Amino acid sequence: MYATNYHRAGSVDEAAGLLAGNDEAKVLAGGQTLIPTMKQRLAAPTDVVDISRIEALRGIEKSGDAYVIKAGTRHADVAGDAGLKADIPGLAALAGKIGDPHVRHRGTIGGSIANNDPAADYPAGMLALGATIVTNKREIAADEFFAGLFETALEEDEIVTAVRVPVPAKSAYSKFPNPASRYAMAGVFVAKFADGSVRVAATGAGADGVFRIPEMESALASNWSPEAVAGIAVDASGLLGDIHGSAEYRANLVTVMAKRAVAAA
Amino acid sequence: MGVDGIGARVPRKEDKRFITGKGRYTDDMTLPRMGFVAFVRSPYAHAKIQNIDASAAMEMPGVDAVLRGDELVADGIGNLICGWMIHSKDGTPMKMGAWSALATDTVRFVGQAVAMVVADTYAQARDAAEAVMVDWEELPAVTTTAEALAPGAPQIHPECAGNLIYDWEIGDQAATDAAIENAAHVTKIDITNNRLVPNPMEPRAAVADYDGAEEHFTLWTTSQNPHTARLVLSAFYNIAPEHKLRVIAPDVGGGFGSKIYVYPEEVACLWAAKKVGRPVKWVSDRTEAFLTDAHGRDHTTTAELAFDADNRITGFRVNTTANLGAYMSLFSSAVPTYLYATLLSGQYAMPAIYANVKTVYTNTTPVDAYRGAGRPEATYVVERIMEVAARELGLDPIELRRKNFVTEFPHQTPVIMCYDAGDYDASVRAAQDAIDYAGFPARKAEAASRGKLRGIGVSCYIEACGIAPSKAVGSLGAGVGLWESAEVRVNPVGTIEVLTGSHSHGQGHETTFAQLVAERLGVGIDTVQIVHGDTDKVQFGMGTYGSRSGAVGMSAISKALDKVEAKAKKIAAHLMEAAETDIVVEGGAFKVAGTDKQLSMTEVALAAYTAHNLPDGMEPGLKEGAFYDPTNFTFPAGCYICEVEIDPDTGKTEVVNFVAADDFGRIINPMIVEGQVHGGLAQGIGQALLEGCVYDADSGQLTTASFQDYCMPRADDLPSFKVMTTETICPGNPLGIKGCGEAGAIGSPPALINALTDALGTEDLSMPATAEKVWRLAQAARAPMAAE
Repeated sequence: MYATNYHRAGSVDEAAGLLAGNDEAKVLAGGQTLIPTMKQRLAAPTDVVDISRIEALRGIEKSGDAYVIKAGTRHADVAGDAGLKADIPGLAALAGKIGDPHVRHRGTIGGSIANNDPAADYPAGMLALGATIVTNKREIAADEFFAGLFETALEEDEIVTAVRVPVPAKSAYSKFPNPASRYAMAGVFVAKFADGSVRVAATGAGADGVFRIPEMESALASNWSPEAVAGIAVDASGLLGDIHGSAEYRANLVTVMAKRAVAAA
Repeated sequence: MGVDGIGARVPRKEDKRFITGKGRYTDDMTLPRMGFVAFVRSPYAHAKIQNIDASAAMEMPGVDAVLRGDELVADGIGNLICGWMIHSKDGTPMKMGAWSALATDTVRFVGQAVAMVVADTYAQARDAAEAVMVDWEELPAVTTTAEALAPGAPQIHPECAGNLIYDWEIGDQAATDAAIENAAHVTKIDITNNRLVPNPMEPRAAVADYDGAEEHFTLWTTSQNPHTARLVLSAFYNIAPEHKLRVIAPDVGGGFGSKIYVYPEEVACLWAAKKVGRPVKWVSDRTEAFLTDAHGRDHTTTAELAFDADNRITGFRVNTTANLGAYMSLFSSAVPTYLYATLLSGQYAMPAIYANVKTVYTNTTPVDAYRGAGRPEATYVVERIMEVAARELGLDPIELRRKNFVTEFPHQTPVIMCYDAGDYDASVRAAQDAIDYAGFPARKAEAASRGKLRGIGVSCYIEACGIAPSKAVGSLGAGVGLWESAEVRVNPVGTIEVLTGSHSHGQGHETTFAQLVAERLGVGIDTVQIVHGDTDKVQFGMGTYGSRSGAVGMSAISKALDKVEAKAKKIAAHLMEAAETDIVVEGGAFKVAGTDKQLSMTEVALAAYTAHNLPDGMEPGLKEGAFYDPTNFTFPAGCYICEVEIDPDTGKTEVVNFVAADDFGRIINPMIVEGQVHGGLAQGIGQALLEGCVYDADSGQLTTASFQDYCMPRADDLPSFKVMTTETICPGNPLGIKGCGEAGAIGSPPALINALTDALGTEDLSMPATAEKVWRLAQAARAPMAAE
């Protein structure tokens, strides 16, 4: 790890102030990506702004037809939340399958979506659930938030403070993990809403990160069954290929995971 | 058997300190004024070093020195060596390229060290290492043996034209060719044994200290054989004479072969400690471990197995090319020759065998022994071709094997090995019963009803442990003898210290060796201390590898115990005025048979040390040493049967059933043996399904240089194993032990691949059988089914 300046922020405003005007600074939330990356000397922020002690960033609340999950909420807390398990079981299950127990007890939902790793699980959940990303400056629809590999709509001194997730009628997530890293090789989140609309999002497979699958959404809107998506293949040309799986293989996995998610929902 | 004696499931004595974080590893050593080392490593697979500019690095905070290879050579530090001479079939010696601990003019694999920084902290050393400016002239690189042997391939070492290190053969070529020519059936396979990274939990480390007044070095290091390390460091690398060099291998967190060898980093740290005038510490990070720990396997083979009309094997012809990487590591030359081709007879009576082995330099990390070392490669060839042959001949794979089993012992194979004892059918029967072999078709049909492809695969392995005897291995080119030493010291109060030349880095010697003493002298294991891993404490030893510590190391202890027991009996007989032949050892006491007279071990020991009343002419004290040189290898063997289920939609393989029936001879601690088998199976299943090095063909970069990309097996990748043992006593050593450390990794890969190919109906599957490979084959298998 290169030398860096560590700041422990007491509030979101303080953290934003520390970030402002310093494009070499990084926010430290759960640290499950940033710290290993720094240890391998692949990241060298001049300043690290630790927001993990800010109590206001913790907690899960139901608010009308939606849940507000504060950004600093750990994956284990999302996975174990009784309300989420009942109302958005797909999201609770997703959180329970991230990484390993150590990761789930340190990593946070805000950190995961702000990092937008193309193989992370949460972006698929946020996109498929039509979540709203709340920051210290504004609210951003998930459709506008995820902007490519490790890219988001966040500005330099903008910090995710919460996500607001509408309660769907049905939801499920199915993932095929990379056998080495256990990130998603393909993970598909399906959500059906009270108005009959359906959203489907895939992670781990897209060359530009998480993406929606409109053909599956319309097929499922008219026929909510695994068979409805069994014949729908995403175009492999837009997918990742690496030593763990070709784009063609990932395309197959997306279809298979979509079928399984619908079956599980 | 005593409570703690041979055969008892005694909990491991060493585990208390390991699981409470109280182990003492090399990285735990801290010396006054100690500096920290970071190496400057090559980012290229093959390059010339034009210039090394350390001026900026020397200006950085805390930096004490930046040392280069030309300085190391100028100080007379010798090149690293390969300690086993192999001659090509034309009689010429193997062609070993020079390997300096720090490269002087050329680097030949990514990660090779070219300079080292010594600084006050590790972070300062790392920062400064990045500031060392090296002018590189990149050269074309090759990573595969096929590329390296191609005409016009880049020349890797000036000493080795065409990159062919040796072209070696064993067996009777004419007889084998004739058998294949005249066969009723010949099965032929092309097979690859994938390259693996050992990945012990503890990375390598070295702490080196130089005492200028005594001109004496001390090295703490992660070694499986500290005495061999001292010998090599003294005799070949010119660090210091042996009496001026102490090597300590304290607690070591796993080795699997990768810590047998003396690496450039240890040599450089010893040299630097004297050069800089302060102790230095180096600890490998995980990336360095991937790039510089000796890798394992990496064979490509064509094999042909000939049968007569009665399905009996008549001949076996094998052509193997082995990738040894960029330099010849310490025992690398022996692995694809005497540790591989000598096991090609498997468990079968084969009248003729011929093997030709070529080894090749490439621009990759050096390859050497890794858990099994040659025997997994042999077993994979033999047990895959037996399975394929059975399918081609339309026979049950077990019946074909059974028909060809060696059943009479000793059995001389055509490839040096003489099997001393075994009952291969007993292992097969045990495994068949445990897995309900006959019930497989019903399980397969049930799996099919759930949309799963189920397959079953068999592997009947044999391996050779306790590599020996010294005279024989010397005649085959070994640079060292392969015996073991032990010393048993009975203290005046009757407690016992056993000094052994074996080294424990996970095997549980502190428990099993103490159990042997408990068995022999009737004392509790808590009164026995096992001492190992320090050249100042143990006079000499050959260390631990090749599953030799039970068969060879404990046999040496047994011999020393014979002497202790004999002397103690003499003393007891003298004190109790009985005949020596009437003294029996029972429950920690020396008794006069048929009487109630007895003396405790403490009383006898105290008498030995007070020497007030010893037999005339007897020396005081109770301490005996022994060297044990075996008469033969030992031959563990067994039968593994694996059942897999494939999800054809994703290619995901689940190992649903795995049975291991092993014959390890006499077992000291069944719990530890089961643990060894579990670990070996995990590594073997890892090789078959998950693990494999990938090099970028153009740049020679190791793509799988972290756990993000190199797939280690984890608990949820593995089934709950059913392990059991059958027993034939090894006649070659006093304890009847065969060895159990490597069998799991040796026997399991072919069982997995045989099961997968059974499920998929094709032989065209290479290791690791990744989900994508299996998915593609499953699609092909499903297509004709759909058409039916």
